[in-house]
Amino acid sequence: MPEDDKPEVKPGQAAPPAAAKPPAAKPAPKPPAVMAVSPWEGELPALLKQRFGDQVPEFSTYLGQNFLVAKPEAIVPILELLRFEADFEYLVDVTAVDYPQRAERFDLVYVLYSFGRNQHIRVKTQIADGYKPATATRVHRGANWLEREVFDMFGIEFAGHPDMRRILLPEDWEGYPLRKDKSILACDNKWIEEHLGIEGGQ
Amino acid sequence: MPDQTFLDSTELVLNMGPQHPSTHGVLRVVLKLDGEKVLGADCVIGYLHRGVEKIGENRTYQQFAPYVDRMDYCAAVSNGLGYCLAVEKLLNAEAPPRAQAVRVVLTELNRVASHLIWLGTHALDIGAITPLFYVMREREEILNIFEKYCGARLTTHAFRIGGLQYETYDGLEADVKAACDHVLPKIDEYERLLTGNRIWVGRLTNVGVLNAADCKQYGVTGPMLRAAGVKWDLRKAQPYSGYQQYDFEIPTGTHGDTFDRYLVRMEEMRQSVRIIRQAVERIPEGPIMAKIPKVIKPPVGEAYVSIEAPKGELGYFIVSDGSAQPYRLRVRPPSFVNLQALDQMTRGALVADVVAIIGTLDIVLGEVDR
Repeated sequence: MPEDDKPEVKPGQAAPPAAAKPPAAKPAPKPPAVMAVSPWEGELPALLKQRFGDQVPEFSTYLGQNFLVAKPEAIVPILELLRFEADFEYLVDVTAVDYPQRAERFDLVYVLYSFGRNQHIRVKTQIADGYKPATATRVHRGANWLEREVFDMFGIEFAGHPDMRRILLPEDWEGYPLRKDKSILACDNKWIEEHLGIEGGQ
Repeated sequence: MPDQTFLDSTELVLNMGPQHPSTHGVLRVVLKLDGEKVLGADCVIGYLHRGVEKIGENRTYQQFAPYVDRMDYCAAVSNGLGYCLAVEKLLNAEAPPRAQAVRVVLTELNRVASHLIWLGTHALDIGAITPLFYVMREREEILNIFEKYCGARLTTHAFRIGGLQYETYDGLEADVKAACDHVLPKIDEYERLLTGNRIWVGRLTNVGVLNAADCKQYGVTGPMLRAAGVKWDLRKAQPYSGYQQYDFEIPTGTHGDTFDRYLVRMEEMRQSVRIIRQAVERIPEGPIMAKIPKVIKPPVGEAYVSIEAPKGELGYFIVSDGSAQPYRLRVRPPSFVNLQALDQMTRGALVADVVAIIGTLDIVLGEVDR
């Protein structure tokens, strides 16, 4: 399939200059692309700007989906305001994205939904490795397992969480598999040998 | 589990699962009991964890598509639809009308099949063995259509990013109509067996009540939310794949107990048949694939796309860094989130009710653990 010599070029994506064929690593990648966002305006950003000021530096829209980026310590107050004053009463998801080359290594993403407005929004923040964000379980009970999964997969501990244990992996497992520095083949060989009596590794 | 529910002198810890026929797979529940009464339930999950999200980061967009079928294997077509829609969103592409109509037909057939499995196993857990054999017979009709269409019965991989994996076969319309004609009267037959049955009603009424406020607190969606009286369905709220063209109702309950959830799911099957009949009548002519590059490299960005899977809101959050592999691929599984409410639903119930409550949650452990 890589032999296809007339790739359709989409607007917004630069065409690869030449059909160079080194399969795995591109030697000189294009200048780092960024998300082509447009500003998100309306009463909700206005309300948040008025309440939180520069703690919420970014309100953006990408592909028609609204999101905001806030300072980590403002996350729980924002979730609270959104839930009790703006009708975002359903916490859909909590997850993280790892960018190991960045100083603030993780993106923490909360997806919220409002039944009244019929709208999904995302609340995002950037945190460093070792930073303990406050738990959202006091605002949304459903955050409990979602935050446990983030802890399990990324090693982000939530301060004040009632039950901060691993959820999918065994409790004495070493390592956080969804971090980018963990290879897909990496596993806790010691645990496997000890508990399963077989040689670990693949 | 909070300590205040323990009555230390009479408390008994009972381990249920992971190898237990009524836990629908490898779910382990640690129950704290006061005699027959449940004080709390702690779920131990992860026995089927395969690292689907990590696999997603290490495969190209097309290569990952078959993996999503292995999460909720009772509703593989829905999983595939959600994933394809999410990648299409990142590409800013849309499947052509013909593909959309076929997608709706297959997805709704799959919803019926998934609900049939739920009905059979739920009834079996409660002691009604007969429905299991009946639902398997009806499900067979649906799986035969999948097999004829794509060769697979369970993990179908029916859709491609941008459209369909295959053109439909000659006679798909007739087969689908025949399956609808076959299934619809059978749903009435199940209802005659169960809905007025004194044992069935007695075992389900006021068991595992979860009201609308609690559902929203826990993020519980799908038939469980609708049984609590919230008329919310993503097919209506945020229509995708052309659902806005079809007439159908959103069934709701009032009490949010196990019996209401049973009624809601039964009615959902009828509504699905209604959608299928409309969709199959008007499958338009035309291409089955949108113009999608051979190597999919979405522009740098992220998107969260969710659909109404048989179990609830199934979401995909994909971050693209412009390469051929997703930078991060998160699955928001309805079973995982719904299972979290088990603790609250079982409090104060009897041990025998726990089995009914696990059944009414309609979880698939492949999706809980991923």
